[in-house]
Amino acid sequence: MTKRTIIPFGPQHPVLPEPIHLDLVLEDELVVEAIPSIGFIHRGLEKLVEKKDFIDFVYVAERICGICSFIHGLTYCIAVEEIMKIKVPERADYLRTIWSELSRMHSHLLWMGLMADAFGFESLFMHTWRMREKILDIIENTTGGRVIFASAKVGGVRRDIDSAALKSISKSLESYRSELKEITDVFIKDSSVQHRLIGVGVLKKEQVYELGAVGPTLRASGWPIDTRKLGYAAYKNIDFEPIIETSGDSYARCVVRIKELFQSIDIIRQLAGKIPDGPIEIKVTGNPDGEFFARTEQPRGEVIYYAKANGTRFLQRLRVRTPTFANIPSLVKMLPGSSLADVPVLVLTIDPCISCAER
Amino acid sequence: MTEDQKLIGVKIDELLEKVKEFHTLGYRLAQIGCTKTDVLEINYSFDKDYNFVNLRITIPSIDIEIPSVSCIYWSAFLYENEISDLYGIKIKNMAIDYKGSFYRTTVKYPFNPQNTGSSGEGISS
Repeated sequence: MTKRTIIPFGPQHPVLPEPIHLDLVLEDELVVEAIPSIGFIHRGLEKLVEKKDFIDFVYVAERICGICSFIHGLTYCIAVEEIMKIKVPERADYLRTIWSELSRMHSHLLWMGLMADAFGFESLFMHTWRMREKILDIIENTTGGRVIFASAKVGGVRRDIDSAALKSISKSLESYRSELKEITDVFIKDSSVQHRLIGVGVLKKEQVYELGAVGPTLRASGWPIDTRKLGYAAYKNIDFEPIIETSGDSYARCVVRIKELFQSIDIIRQLAGKIPDGPIEIKVTGNPDGEFFARTEQPRGEVIYYAKANGTRFLQRLRVRTPTFANIPSLVKMLPGSSLADVPVLVLTIDPCISCAER
Repeated sequence: MTEDQKLIGVKIDELLEKVKEFHTLGYRLAQIGCTKTDVLEINYSFDKDYNFVNLRITIPSIDIEIPSVSCIYWSAFLYENEISDLYGIKIKNMAIDYKGSFYRTTVKYPFNPQNTGSSGEGISS
């Protein structure tokens, strides 16, 4: 029997700036088992809900993640609004959806840059993040913030985007599309990228579903499951289908995210063309009493906010199941059989956000 | 309303049987989460074709041991270790049992109803 070695990976690792630890059991260079460990930075934000007014807690929810912060705030708002039976103005729903898609774009571009960095393609990393800056500029111009922009509130949104600005965003994203294609073509066609991703970390269709995976990790193995199809916010008025790939490998997970970038541009174009005039918020009175599981699609997949309220200003319980948490079992199962050198790339292919998981 | 959600109460000794039914029907395990009210509630959430269904067990006392569903849904071990570490609920036969070291909290079992908030021996790694 080949001698087994245990290599500790993380929580501090040059390739992965996320505090996750893996005990990698190796036979020579081959991983035979991986045991994950998180909990290094658990913040107990769920507990804080017991001491924060339910209106104010949106700010805390947004700080669960430094990337998909808007969608965290939005999902919290949806949970409270469902309990209180609040119907948000339609224009607010559209604005929420536009910012959600911009968040998805900058998150996917962030991931692509990190991935390029992980397999040593530094110029690709820099170009990808240069493109991400343009999305962040749009977010900054419309909200005043770049990543945490405090625009969702219980009952609507805090800011409007005027019609001239919406047309300008839609137009600039159309011209952005061709520049983006130049970069994404490198991810899709370059032989060195393909060499690192194709056939690496394969998750079979039945396996990935059984493991409870979500988001691009799930869709890259052939499952057309996308929580946006629930129709929350303005997604019910938008024509789109979940992006899927079927090979289930690291390349497929990359391609799904790339296609979703272009899909987001298309969704924003549709939203800008359909957004109705009207108010952007309604006055919220009373306190929530009841419970609800709000589900939305973050860049990394489905997030679930379970809120339970008892008629006071403070929620009784807030439970957040983040997409990274749901994707850890898939990561653990995809590592055995891979080489040690592929581990950083494989960990990145689930787009881990341990900050989210350690809410 | 963004979606209809079903909530089904089950007894602890019926849990494995009910979870197995959902597994057989092709449901995905969406999450497991615990809530402290007058008693402790654990919600097991499943999804299939955007139909969201929850099984709920109530635990009258923290001393009662509940079965792990990781023999049916392997990925449940993460949720169960989380519940075990935050609430101190005993869960038997988890696929991977971190024995209290999944979360490195300063206060042991911070969500436990009997927790007084004091620290000390809490660092569990």
